[in-house]
Amino acid sequence: MTALPRLTHLDRLEAESLYILREVVAACANPVLLYSIGKDSSVLLHLAIKAFYPARPPLPLLHIDTTWKFREMIAFRDATARRLGFELLVHTNEAGLRQGIDPFVHGAGVYTDVMKTQALRQALDAHGFDAAIGGARRDEEKSRAKERIFSLRSAQHHWDPKHQRPELWNLYNTQLGRGESLRVFPLSNWTELDVWQYVERERIEVVPLYFAAERPVVERGGQLIMVDDERLPLAPGERPRLRRVRFRTLGCYPLTAAMESTAGSVADVVREMRTARFSERQGRLIDHDGAASMERKKREGYF
Amino acid sequence: MDAASSDLLRFITCGSVDDGKSTLIGRLLYETKSLPVDQLASFEADSKRRSTQAGALDFALLLDGLAAEREQAITIDVAYRYFATPRRKFIVADTPGHEQYTRNMVTGASTAEAAVLLIDAQLGLLTQTQRHSCLMSMLGIRRVVIAVNKMDCVAWSREVFETIAAQYRAFARPLGFTALACVPLSALHGDNVAARSAAAGWYEGPTLLEWLEAIDIDTDRTARPFRMPVQWVNRPDSSFRGFAGTIASGVVRRGDTVLSLPSGAESRVARIVTQDGDLDLAIAGQAVTLTLASAIDVSRGDLLAHSVERPVVADQVEATIVWMHEAPMLPGRAYAVRIGTRTVTGTISDLKCRIDVATFGQLAARTLELNDIGICTLSFDQPVAFDPYADNRDTGGMVLIDRLTHETAGAGTLRFALRRSQNLHWHFLDVDKRQRAAQKAQQPRVLWFTGLSGAGKSTIANLVERKLHALGRHTYLLDGDNVRHGLNRDLGFRDADRVENIRRVAEVARLMTDAGLIVLVSFISPFRSERRMARELFPAGEFVEVFVDTALQEAERRDPKGLYAKARRGELRNFTGIDSPYEAPEHPELHIDTATLAAEDAAELIVGYLAGMREVP
Repeated sequence: MTALPRLTHLDRLEAESLYILREVVAACANPVLLYSIGKDSSVLLHLAIKAFYPARPPLPLLHIDTTWKFREMIAFRDATARRLGFELLVHTNEAGLRQGIDPFVHGAGVYTDVMKTQALRQALDAHGFDAAIGGARRDEEKSRAKERIFSLRSAQHHWDPKHQRPELWNLYNTQLGRGESLRVFPLSNWTELDVWQYVERERIEVVPLYFAAERPVVERGGQLIMVDDERLPLAPGERPRLRRVRFRTLGCYPLTAAMESTAGSVADVVREMRTARFSERQGRLIDHDGAASMERKKREGYF
Repeated sequence: MDAASSDLLRFITCGSVDDGKSTLIGRLLYETKSLPVDQLASFEADSKRRSTQAGALDFALLLDGLAAEREQAITIDVAYRYFATPRRKFIVADTPGHEQYTRNMVTGASTAEAAVLLIDAQLGLLTQTQRHSCLMSMLGIRRVVIAVNKMDCVAWSREVFETIAAQYRAFARPLGFTALACVPLSALHGDNVAARSAAAGWYEGPTLLEWLEAIDIDTDRTARPFRMPVQWVNRPDSSFRGFAGTIASGVVRRGDTVLSLPSGAESRVARIVTQDGDLDLAIAGQAVTLTLASAIDVSRGDLLAHSVERPVVADQVEATIVWMHEAPMLPGRAYAVRIGTRTVTGTISDLKCRIDVATFGQLAARTLELNDIGICTLSFDQPVAFDPYADNRDTGGMVLIDRLTHETAGAGTLRFALRRSQNLHWHFLDVDKRQRAAQKAQQPRVLWFTGLSGAGKSTIANLVERKLHALGRHTYLLDGDNVRHGLNRDLGFRDADRVENIRRVAEVARLMTDAGLIVLVSFISPFRSERRMARELFPAGEFVEVFVDTALQEAERRDPKGLYAKARRGELRNFTGIDSPYEAPEHPELHIDTATLAAEDAAELIVGYLAGMREVP
């Protein structure tokens, strides 16, 4: 008799995620995969392909385009969807665009609400999706640590942290009332390090912005902001300087700070993470606008 | 952590609030360097400023976010935390300790393979310790470490430690733990958590972290019989039909003969498909897709197993249930029940007892309230394949879902199939419903009159029966008051009794339609769930819900039996409309507004509706 294989922690995390993805497709009428282009999204796509193999993943991708993403992200998005054969839906809040909502003029709070949260709600409503899969992890942030894997949203897309359904074993409750929907998080139990180790093991492609390169940045309030296009207003005398930086998390370029780094490969990134352990969302400027801000945004329908 | 060789352990921590659980978890995160440096820096600053322990790091502060939320009642909830050592990654379910949070502890324990139970060395075994131990045992946790904390406060007394360890071992003997260790430690100072304590030279066992790193995870899961609940049927085109699922237990090899249950159809495993290539064998915990050598009927909800060591297939079971909802569990009410990947309709037929979680003693009960645990019998609307939970945690658990609100109402562990379920068979009779109805030249129907007391249900039902009788129809009228004098004499007016009242009457009505009759049921029947349960006993179209709609004010003004007056004086409890709710039908077949329609006209309308109905196929 052959020796039985031993499952590593990545094998177990992968199997749990495949189960969750299959559960969504088996139990929900009209699911969608929220694609944010970051490393977690890349892992999600990879898992979706595994979960439904040899069939193609029977659900489309949805990207909420704020029009302020890094240009490299948009190029990567289109190439990836094409390469993997996913249907890609892109939604922008046109009303917000017409109003000229801008992170510099209106502030991160208003901008995030209009261009991300409201945009997401519009897209989910327009397509009538009853389940939206996202790449959020519980180790990212305090309010996420308590969210269910299958997380219920009201008809208004609101999350009620005090009335969450108990979630036992792997017996997920996918039943919905009229207008209600689910947000589903297959990577709930992954940590940032798990994600990178898996990217390394499975040779998953990620946006090159995660790796160190010379990039034009300005320094504001101790944060390095990359000058990705001409819309970034420069103060008098402020001049972008080339520095060797990379990003730990990717979002809208004006709200995402870079870090100085020499990590040029996945293996370098894994090594760097073991020595300097800054929390990942530190580079996310929108998370710092007021106490418990993530929880508030989530209640309103943010992912 | 080496990604290629480390594995994953899920465990739960329990203990009362003051046993130092937060300090211990904080210490584990700190010692394993699992804290981001920016968080750590602010924690160290915080610690210096606020710590009650002069100079020492106050790890309880690390989980402070939780504590602040606790006041807002969010943290009556499970939080998951993550740390890793070079050998293992850990997922900790951090659950609150109070009795009112039993459901959260059960939730955390449901996925845990081990438990860390804290005991304060100064206090020894408490009721809380016993309660948590019983719950852990019930949820099938077999590996337990007792962290005897605050040893520094008892001067590292070997005698204190050994007394507690001996007491606990004696207490836990019936609980079925296969691995049980006791570690003397100080979470505050870090002794015996990750690093060996210099203060306890007499202790030769492992540190807490060593124990957590060393325990065997799931060889037993692989050693159990093969089970795979079918999650999704993969059919990209006509040439491929695969059954996707996660192997719950055991090992499956290419070429194995497997059964699909409950049907019992048999086939052979042709391929074990994954995107990384086909496998020769797959073990518990792997998510795979199986193809079978022959085309048998398999769909989501079926359980694949080897033909030896089969799971149980039954439609009546005994189970232990933990109630998780504010609305109490009512025997007789139907719930959606999820077992494995199958969802069926299940009714609690009998609540045998409530369990005292501190002693595991049995108490008499009629309902289960939030956080109560009880032993029940359930009947399902179709056979289900499962294993007793004690044999297999992955195929022996279930959740109960409220069918109207869709909320998760309870969770249970299946104990065994009822003998009567396996030995009771339907007798097929020669004369059937169709023949009985044909002899009477009519279609059997149920006219279900619902409405407040005094709404006029019985008056209208009586008129309808007279008219039908005059037309030569064979009818019978079941009236609430009359039935309560006989068949339901033993039932009162509490919610649990009302549910049973309706269940019995619905079953009687079903027997009568089977006899070919048109049955008129005149019952307040205040709850939507039970009217729905009644409706589902009949073929589509046979059940006609008649909502006799009279405003409460008007019904109270009429008060034909003087009951409203009594209820208002407080002489009659649980009276519908006064101190017990009436849930109006949302989509009745007929809606009779008694303010605009006289009883005679209403009766005429109903008879006309019956005459105009299509035949039930």
